[in-house]
Amino acid sequence: MPVISNLPARAGVGFKPAHFSDVLAAPQPLGFFEVHAENYMGAGGPPHAQLGALRERYALSIHGVGLSIGSTEPLDREHLARLKALCARYEPESFSEHLAWSSHGGVYFNDLLPLPYTPQTLARVAEHIDEVQTVLGRTMLLENPSSYLRLAESVIPEVDFLAELARRTGCGLLLDVNNVFVSAKNNGTDPRSYLEGFPLDRVEEIHLGGHAREADDAGQTLLIDAHGSPVADEVWTLYADVVARTGPVATLIEWDNDVPDWPTLVAQAIAAEKILAGAARASAA
Amino acid sequence: MAAFEASFAGALLDAAAPIPAAVAAPDTQTAARRFAVHRNNVVAGLVNTLRCRFPATEKIVGAEFFAPMARCFVSEKPPRTPLLAAYGDEFPAFIATFAPARELPYLADVAKLEAARTRAYHAADAAPVSAGTFAALDANAVGALRIALHPSAEIVRSPHPIVTIWAMNSGERPLAAVEDWGGEDALVIRPHLDVEVRLLPPGGAAFLLALASGQPLAEAAEAALADHAGFDLAANLAGLIGWGAAGKVIPPAMQQTD
Repeated sequence: MPVISNLPARAGVGFKPAHFSDVLAAPQPLGFFEVHAENYMGAGGPPHAQLGALRERYALSIHGVGLSIGSTEPLDREHLARLKALCARYEPESFSEHLAWSSHGGVYFNDLLPLPYTPQTLARVAEHIDEVQTVLGRTMLLENPSSYLRLAESVIPEVDFLAELARRTGCGLLLDVNNVFVSAKNNGTDPRSYLEGFPLDRVEEIHLGGHAREADDAGQTLLIDAHGSPVADEVWTLYADVVARTGPVATLIEWDNDVPDWPTLVAQAIAAEKILAGAARASAA
Repeated sequence: MAAFEASFAGALLDAAAPIPAAVAAPDTQTAARRFAVHRNNVVAGLVNTLRCRFPATEKIVGAEFFAPMARCFVSEKPPRTPLLAAYGDEFPAFIATFAPARELPYLADVAKLEAARTRAYHAADAAPVSAGTFAALDANAVGALRIALHPSAEIVRSPHPIVTIWAMNSGERPLAAVEDWGGEDALVIRPHLDVEVRLLPPGGAAFLLALASGQPLAEAAEAALADHAGFDLAANLAGLIGWGAAGKVIPPAMQQTD
C-alpha cells in the first residue's frame, strides 16, 4: 500500500477552540488532531495562534469541507490556493476532502451534497482530484459521504466509484464508518456488505462520529450525520470489524456540535485506542 | 449531471420549489422528507452561523424574531465563498432595510459592531505601537506624523448608544434602562488575542478615521475638533496608545524624526 498519509495509526480528535486550554494543560493520550481547513483561512488571530501551538505538539490532519470536489463546475481556484497556503504553513500529516459538492452557480451551500455516480461524474471527480493533488503537491484522502436519498441517475455502486477514483488518481480514502451506517440505514441496505466491498487497502484514516435518530412523517427512522453525540454502539462494532481486517489505522472522533467537555471527548478517543490496540495484537499474532 | 446539480441547488434555498426529479427515494413523500434534510442542513446551518456571529443582536430581538430575519437574509444573500467567517458582513445593512425591525433603529448598528468584532478576531496580527515608542518621538515633529491604525481596528459610529446596548446584551454589563440615549462611537480592536470594544470620547471617531485615511496627526486633530468642539487631543492620544490602536508610526518621507 502506498503511504499517503503520515498520521500515526492511533486515535485523534477534531480540535475545538473551547478545549484549547485543556489540550495544552497536559500531554494528551492522542495521536493527532484534525481541523477543518476553512476555519483557519483568516489572516491571524486566535485560530492561528491555537493551531500553531497544536502543530508544535501533535500530528495534524487538515480536513477540507468547502472545496466542492464532486461538482460539475470547475474547482474554485482561489479556494484551492488558500488550501495550498494553509498546507504549506502547517505541513499537515494528511489532507482530506469529501466526495460531495457544496457550491453551485457561485453560491456556497455549507452542506455536503450528493452526486450521481456515473462514468461522466467519475471522470470529472478524478480530474478534480488530480488538480488538487497537483496544486497542493501532495496526495489527498477522499471521504465517503452520508446519504439521505437515492439519485435516479446513479449507475455505479459507491464503493466501486471510490475504488476507481483511488485507482485513477492515486488518492487514498478516508473511511467514515458512521457515514456508512447512516447511509445504509437511510437507504435500506446492509452496512456490512458495503464494508465488504470497500477498498480497504486504500484506507489511511477512519472517521467515527455520532448520528441523530429522527422519525419521518411515515414513522420511518431517518439517521442524520449530526456529529453531536457519542459514537453509536453499532458503529463501534462495525469499526472493530474494519480494523480487524486493516490493522491499526489513524482514527478520528468527530464531535462538532453540542461539543462535550474535554474528558468526555478524550474518553471516546481512548475507546478507539483500545480497539486499535486489539487490532495491533491480532495482526502481530 | 449539470442539470441535476442545477435543479438540486435551485431547490435548496427555496422551500416552495419542487423536489428535484432526480431524487429517487422509494416514494414521493419519502423523497420530500429526505430532500428536506439537505434543505435544513443548508438553511438552519447558515442561520446558526449568523446566530453565532450576532449573539447580542439575537438577544435584543429574541430567537423567535431573529431566526426568520436570518432566514430571509440567507435566501436573499447566501454565501458566495466557503469562508463562513465572513458570512454576514452584509447582515447589518440587511437589518437596516428589514421592515419588521424598523421599531429598533439601533439594531443594525449593534449588528455592525458585532460584524466588526469577527473581522477583528481574524485580522492580521501586529504588535501595537508602544507608549515607549511614542514617548521617544520628537515633540516638535509629532504633528506631521501619520499613524496607521492597527490592522484589527474598526470604528463604528452610531446616533444610538450602541456600546452600552451591546455591553448589556453580551454579558459585559448588567441589563438596565439606558439613562442617556445619546449617540455612541465604538472602536473595535484586537491588539493581542482578545477582541475589545471601546467607547470613543467626543471627536475620537473622527480623529481615528482621519488617521486611518492617512492624514497627519495635526490635520486629524483639526478634523476631530471640527467634528466635536470637546475633542481632547491629549486624552485621545493617550487612548490611541492605551487601546493598542496605533499600528505604525509613519514619519514624513523627507523628515528625520529620530
